[in-house]
Formats: sequence, structure tokens, C-alpha cells
Amino acid sequence: MGIFRMPSLGADMEAGTLVEWLKQPGDRVKRGDLIAVVETQKGAIEIEVFEPGTVAELLLPVGATVPVGTAMASIREDGAVAVAPAPDAAAMKEERPTAAATMPAPQLQVPPPPSQGIKASPAARKFAEEHDINLASVPGSGPDGAIVFVDVEAAWQRQGGAAATTAAARTGAKGDGAPVDGMRAAIAAAMARSKREIPHYYLGQTVDVTIAADWLAQRNADRKPEERAVFGALLLKAIGLSLKKYPEFNGSFADGRFAASAAIHLGMAIALRGGGLIAPAIHDAADLPLDQLMIRLRDLTNRVRAGRFRSSELADATITLTSLGERGVDWVQPIIYPPQVAIVGAGTPTVRPWIVDGVPVARQLCDLTLAADHRVSDGHRGALFLRAIEALLQNPEAL
Amino acid sequence: MSGTSAGGAEITYRDAVREALREVLQQDPRTFLMGEDVGRYGGCYAVSKGLLDEFGPERIRDTPLSEAGFVGAGIGAALGGMRPIVEVMTVNFSMLCLDQILNTAATIRHMSGGQFSVPLVIRMATGAGRQLAAQHSHSLENWYAHIPGIRVVAPATVTDARFMLRTALLDPDPVLIFEHVMLYNMTGSLDPAADPVDIDRAAVRRPGRDVTLITYGGSLWKTLVAATELAGQGIEAEVIDLRSLRPLDDATITASVRRTRRAVIVDEGWRSGSLAAEISARIVEQCFWSLDAPVGRVCSAEVPIPYPKHLEDAALPQTPAIVAAARSVVGR
Repeated sequence: MGIFRMPSLGADMEAGTLVEWLKQPGDRVKRGDLIAVVETQKGAIEIEVFEPGTVAELLLPVGATVPVGTAMASIREDGAVAVAPAPDAAAMKEERPTAAATMPAPQLQVPPPPSQGIKASPAARKFAEEHDINLASVPGSGPDGAIVFVDVEAAWQRQGGAAATTAAARTGAKGDGAPVDGMRAAIAAAMARSKREIPHYYLGQTVDVTIAADWLAQRNADRKPEERAVFGALLLKAIGLSLKKYPEFNGSFADGRFAASAAIHLGMAIALRGGGLIAPAIHDAADLPLDQLMIRLRDLTNRVRAGRFRSSELADATITLTSLGERGVDWVQPIIYPPQVAIVGAGTPTVRPWIVDGVPVARQLCDLTLAADHRVSDGHRGALFLRAIEALLQNPEAL
Repeated sequence: MSGTSAGGAEITYRDAVREALREVLQQDPRTFLMGEDVGRYGGCYAVSKGLLDEFGPERIRDTPLSEAGFVGAGIGAALGGMRPIVEVMTVNFSMLCLDQILNTAATIRHMSGGQFSVPLVIRMATGAGRQLAAQHSHSLENWYAHIPGIRVVAPATVTDARFMLRTALLDPDPVLIFEHVMLYNMTGSLDPAADPVDIDRAAVRRPGRDVTLITYGGSLWKTLVAATELAGQGIEAEVIDLRSLRPLDDATITASVRRTRRAVIVDEGWRSGSLAAEISARIVEQCFWSLDAPVGRVCSAEVPIPYPKHLEDAALPQTPAIVAAARSVVGR
């Protein structure tokens, strides 16, 4: 019997709220199937199953807010029950009714009780849910040590809740993703941790993307709008391929050491309409054909802006691209999203004077920047990495 | 015990009830008072003392010891256009006329399709504390608060005792007024500005922020004493006097409980199936997500009310129990 637990969808996540079960007891699941929707500070996230089997029992009611690691559902492994012999058939074989007593009792599948041992008043629970407070971390002052309203209110204020603007009246609308104040707190926590812990170094390179831009324009010319590729997709592909040669920019840093990732899951920073941003991953981006990559990018952007994305997309990114292309700035000096170790920034491609073969000419230029973790890599390798991206962009048809 | 509020003349609860009777008897010739010992004896709690001399035997009528008979006569008089005020000596005795009240007074408007109404007022003494033992001491007003078709009120202050009767007589349907026996000797200052009083709404007798104490009738004063004690311990209790037991004023109760997030109900009835149980259910239904603690109840012990003083005291809600219940839901 496998226990499906509230996953951690980022280092800063303490708890999640179950919004919807997408599977019911008796449903067969395989790895990667969506089992539930969980609301976090980053929005509503579709949670995937890791173990195949059959959903035995749902242990959490919709609406419950529980800490990371809390059992959410039990999943029976395939065949776990089928191996139990049928007592009747066995009894007939032995031709003695009493033989049943010697039969091994079928293994009783006892799921663990719902681990909701927290004593909190309804008023406290309601406030905690509305303000994304993890009750497990709140000391209680009520009858029998129960957590009461003022305890949660105090915890919220300790977390800077009251200061988090009057937007505390959370917009809540699922349509634009998540409560902005909760997301702002999540971004604040991640970025403060990054700047506190990660010794960033920064490199920049102005890249001539005229060839890539021309190639894209030509390619898009006879395609319907929904089939056209954008420069960002080219860039993602170029970054993905370059990482194969520079693995020290792809992975995570935790517990004092770097773990390179064999898979290349490119995080794409996407600004949300209601404010805030999120950087979900496109899985195995380096190996996707450009058209596929474009489809995935478009799908991801639409889903993120609708406030629906999957747990693995959120947790799995191994490096991030932040492209301020639409914002019309030349360059960005990005901050690494921990526990990743690098982030690539791209400014808006613009036509500027450029010297080619000693002659000033008008070219389409894009400023690429790299912020990387100096605990893991050095500027020399960072420069080579950026140059590799640049080189790939000069040969777009190969991407 | 004192029901003091700022200003106004000092008056006993007994005198306030008598003044209320005198006023309506003077003003409305359709009114008359009827009951056991209300005339020559002046009422078993001396409420109607002197009224026989003032209004004569036609309007202050001594009855035989037959509750079913004289309450039934009152219903008939009300149907016939009079405005009778029937006194039942104690709520215990009203079991003998429960049939008249439940099956006749409360149903006639309904069963006649609205053609007849019963503008009857029944006054009853209720409650314990005077060592009158188990047949004269119970608090059964909750039984009547269960019945659709009648209105049940419980004046706890001299002002309500003085002015509720006139409002009750304006009601086209039966109104039961419960007077707690321990209140008759209480002195309070009458608030003439309150006249006329409504009989629909609960009153906040003391504002507070930490816990809502909900009570009525004779328990109000014990509860106010408890609130004073609690204030000395840093707990600000809000005290609600229900005034009307049917209908219950949900708005006042829920507004308070949503603010304090805690409630204790003090009710001299027995706990099982009590008015406190009904109020507790309503609080849970309407205020669940505002609550910080389970709703507390302080009720009478589930025994026939005993005769000996110390046992009678032990059986009833008392101030220390109210204080303890309030502290328990506040958690300190």
C-alpha cells in the first residue's frame, strides 16, 4: 500500500489546500496521472501520482489545508489484493470445512488515520485557510491548548500579514491564479533566500540574432498564427542544447552540494495578469522539436495564466529563462530561483548599429545575461555557456 | 439583588407587575384578571393585592382550583372579544391546562383558517429558590417556547415587568408571560423612557468582547454578577437578556457571538432538551465558522428541584458555575 502525500512544490512551501480530487477510490492510476488539485501560494496546481496502482482511499476532505508530507490518499499496488487466495476454492480442495481456519487471513489494508491531530477552533481554521497560515506552526492559547482565532491572527501578523497591504481581502478568483498577497509572500521568501544564500555572478553578452529573426519571420510567414514560433522558443531550445555541454548550470544545490540533473527541464518565468510571476518547467526541453516546444510553451503560458499547472511543472525546473522580451527593456540581471543554480535573462531584441567586418550596419540584437551560482560554477565556464547559446542561435535551422 | 439602571423611580418587580395590571385594567374595559387567589387573597405572590377593591369582582375574578377550566374560560372570553389576563400560580400547575394552551389557544387561528384569534395573556410564576419543593419550583417555560402559535416572554427587569403586559395585550395571539419567583422582591429603577417596550428582541444588558453569556428571567442577575466577577479576572463578558423565548432573537445572539466567538447559555431549565440546547444549536448553525470554543451551558441539575435549601441551591445555576463555564470557553 502506497501513501500519496502532500508534495513539496518548492522549497518555500509549507502547506497546501486540497481543492479537488481528480481521482476516486477504485480508479487505476499510473505514474504522471493527475490525482488532485492543490492550492498553494503559487496558485492551483494539479498534482501527479508517482506510483502506479489503484486509489484505495482518499484521506483528506476537499478544503483541508495540511502540511507538506501529510498523507492524502492510499494507493494499492497492482495485484496486491489478487494474490490473496479465494478461501472457498481452497476449502473445497482440502474437502474439510475446518481447513478454512488454517488459511492465511487476507491482509487487512488499514490506511493510516487522517493525520489531522491539530486542535483548532472553527474560527481559527477559517482564518488560517483564508490567510494561508499553517496551523501546525501556530501555538494554541485556547481551551486545552486549542488554537483559537487570536493565535492565528497573531501568527499571520508575525508573517507580515497585516503589512501585506489591504489586498489581504484576497482576490481569490481562480481565474487569475492565486491570491496575490500569498504569491507575493512566496516570491519574497524565495528571492530573499536566493540573495541571502547564493553567491551570484553575472555575465552579459550582446548577441546578433538577425539570422534567427529572419529565419523565424520566413518560417512563420505562411503559417497560421497559432502555428507560428516565437523567439523565446528558439532561445529555450538553444539553452537546452547548450546545457548538455555545460551541466554545471543545470541542477540543484542543496545540503551543501550541487546535484547535476540528467534531465533538462527549462523553467520559463511567466508574469501573471493579476500580479506576481511563476516559473514552471517545460520538461525535457532540449530534446523537443521546435514545433513541439512551441506547442508546450503556448500551452503552459495559457494554463499558467488561467491558474492551472501541474505539480511537476512547478517543482522540476532545473534552470530558468526569464525573458523580458515583451516589456521592451534591453537587459535583465536575473535572480536565481533556489535551489537552481543558474538563470538566463533575455532582453528585447532590437535593431541597433553593429560592426560587421569593420562596417557599421543595422542588426537585430539581443542582450543575453547569465546569473549563476559561484559555489557551483565559475565565470569562465559561464562565458563559454553563453557563447554556446549565441553560436546555436546563428544556425537556427539546426534547432 | 437589584435591577438598578440609571435614573427613574425605585420600584419592586412585584409593584411593577401590579402597576402594569392597574394600567391596562384602567385603560381597557375588555381586560380582566382571573386566577386562583388573585382577588380576596391578593395573589399568592401579592401581585394583585388591592386590585379587587379597586376594580371589583367582575374584573378581578377568583377561580376554582381548576386550571383547565379557567384557562379554557379565558380562551373563550378572548374569542368573544375580551382581553383576559389569566394567572396560573406556577408553571408546574400549568400542566393541567397544557391541553387548553397547546391544543386550543395555539391552534385556533390555524384551524379556523385565520377567522378566529385568541388575544389571551397568561401570566405564570416560574423558577426555584423559595424552597417550595419539586411541585412548585420548576422552569418549564421551554415547553411553551416549543409551541408554534403562541408567544413566550420573560421579563427580567422592573421596566420589562412594568411595560411588557401592555405590549402583550396588543398581540392578537396568545402571549405567555413568565415571572421568576425570585424577582418579585427585587428592587430596580424604572425606566419610563423605555415605554412602550417591544416583546420581540433580546437586550444586551452588559457589553463585552470576550464571551457572550445568554440568559433570561431569574438567571439574568446571577449572570450579571458572574460578569462582574469575570471582569475582575480580565474577562469581559457580554450579557444578553433574551426577553422573548419564542420567537428567539437570532440576530442579537449571532451578532454578539460572531464578535466574541464564544458563548455560554445560562438556563434554569433542565439541560436535556432545554432552551439552552436550542440556542446552542442555533449558534452552531449560524456562527460555526466564528466559534473559538464549544458552546457552554449552565443549567439546572436533572433532578426534581429539592426542598432543602442547600440542595436547592446546588441544583440551580449559580454564579460560580457561570464564572467557571465562561472561563472554560475562554481558556483561562
